[in-house]
Amino acid sequence: MNRAALFLAALLVFLAGTARAQLTIEITGGGANQIPIAILPFVGETMLPQSVTEIVEHDLSRSGRFRTLFVGGVSPLPAEPSQVNFADWKSRLADALVIGQTQRLPDGRFEVRFRLLDVPKQTQIGGIVFTLTAAQVRLTAHKIADFIYEKLIGERGVFSTRIAYVVKQGSRFELRVADADGQGAQSILISPEPIMSPAWSPDGTRMAYVSFQNKKPIVFVQSLSASRQPAPVANYRGSNSAPAWSPDGRQLAVVLTKDGGSQIYLMNPDGSNLRRITFSGAIDTEPFFTRDGQFIYFTSDRGGSPQIYRMPAGGGEASRVTFDGDYNVSPRISPDGKTLAYIARNSGRFQLMAMDLDTRQAQPLTDGQNDESPSFAPNSRMILYASDVENRGVLAAVSSDGRVKQRLTIQAADVREPSWGPFLGN
Amino acid sequence: MKKAIFPAMALALLYGCASTPTEEAKPGTPTPSAATPAPGAAAASPSAPTTAPIEQTPSDLLSKRSVFYDYDKYDIKDEYRPILQAHAKYLAQNRGKKMLVQGNCDERGSREYNIALGQRRAEGVKRTLLLMGAAGSQIEAVSLGEEKPRCSDHSEACWSQNRRGDMLYGGEY
Repeated sequence: MNRAALFLAALLVFLAGTARAQLTIEITGGGANQIPIAILPFVGETMLPQSVTEIVEHDLSRSGRFRTLFVGGVSPLPAEPSQVNFADWKSRLADALVIGQTQRLPDGRFEVRFRLLDVPKQTQIGGIVFTLTAAQVRLTAHKIADFIYEKLIGERGVFSTRIAYVVKQGSRFELRVADADGQGAQSILISPEPIMSPAWSPDGTRMAYVSFQNKKPIVFVQSLSASRQPAPVANYRGSNSAPAWSPDGRQLAVVLTKDGGSQIYLMNPDGSNLRRITFSGAIDTEPFFTRDGQFIYFTSDRGGSPQIYRMPAGGGEASRVTFDGDYNVSPRISPDGKTLAYIARNSGRFQLMAMDLDTRQAQPLTDGQNDESPSFAPNSRMILYASDVENRGVLAAVSSDGRVKQRLTIQAADVREPSWGPFLGN
Repeated sequence: MKKAIFPAMALALLYGCASTPTEEAKPGTPTPSAATPAPGAAAASPSAPTTAPIEQTPSDLLSKRSVFYDYDKYDIKDEYRPILQAHAKYLAQNRGKKMLVQGNCDERGSREYNIALGQRRAEGVKRTLLLMGAAGSQIEAVSLGEEKPRCSDHSEACWSQNRRGDMLYGGEY
């Protein structure tokens, strides 16, 4: 290790608790066809440090896919389906009902047992029993919300996934990881110099990012477990940036300028086995792998203005993907491979666009002024991006169909460079 | 192969101060981006002829460290050629000296694309210095993209200061 790494290590902080300023989420638009659902407080859940059902309810309503119903006045609370007054919930127009109970185990841990019920059919859709510590309440609640979402919507939920983002406060930069709802944030890097382009490894255990610690952009890979120091993996003469993981986690695409001009290279995540894959005299940057690992989308100005191109993942002939306008950048492909999200400059505004890759039809998803850095949720349903409100950086999320909109802000800080992590256990 | 520039903690903090917005800086009237005196000034001052107009002394040109650009552009305007000429001459006469050229962009657009655009600006400065007599081994061209703005307002007055290439000598970064 060199002095730079030690310097970084000195600044590296794994906070035992949570970062002080939390992201707060404001829902600025709702979806159509919301499912009416009643989430009853779990019997005995007051013994937990946090209410599980409040977090579940918050998750589901934030998704824009559910309408959570008022559940006051139910006494006693049902713990089993046999104790549920289905006629009452039918009259309250609930399609689904969530009930559960909590117990303290002899070893000090807790057991949370919940059931998801179909009100019109008066049947149980499913249920899970969790054994958890007090520190796992939030994760358990997110997993319950994921279960409900998947059963009722028919696709995987992302409530138990995590997001990464950069916070700038004065001259201090922090790379943080938080739950997808912005809570439980932890700093994984603190630096007096800018941090940008965080990218999760596909298994969620490592983060690649660009640090200006050494007065120029250098690509680092850092393990998210506290034991290891961040390692510079691309530190060549010139600039090193734009890391992107291959879907199998075995390769990192980066942009280097060591051979003159910004060009795309592939390397192993430890920096070995470097090879160049673009050979243009133009700018080639912002590589992004498709989920099947077959292609890399990237930004290039080889045609005279920055546009999005696609090439085989090992390099080769590139084909142009965007044609409208003179500034189309930051390509990201949805995990299901159907949608290209990117940033377009339209009449001086930078807007988030979504292109259907079958029809090649593109539509703006936002009407912002300075939207940038899009990142798909692992279920392809939402896109997280950076925006600004009154000249302050905020994160925002929009559903791929543009209907559901959320904004995530931190008081008195600039938030930027969001990156949505993978599904847990993947 | 891996060449790292190792900053001391104190230097990092100093640099942070020096790069905070300087309101007096205006496009076309570049000011040094680092607080340290120009190496040429120190070297040339004792023997510089005091009768020459100040604009023509090498020390004055060497104290200018910045080149400014139009939006989305990276070509070096003619008005900056005398400055680059002075630096190229200084580098040619002092082969032991190293220079870091930092390309910068205004805040509009993709951060990563701006890294590439800033790199192109920095490489343009480097290439010009090489044509004027500096050696490739003396100069590293890097990009700071839009990450280190000299001026932080969200207006053209500010943006024009941030579209910039800076020349820093060894010890100044």
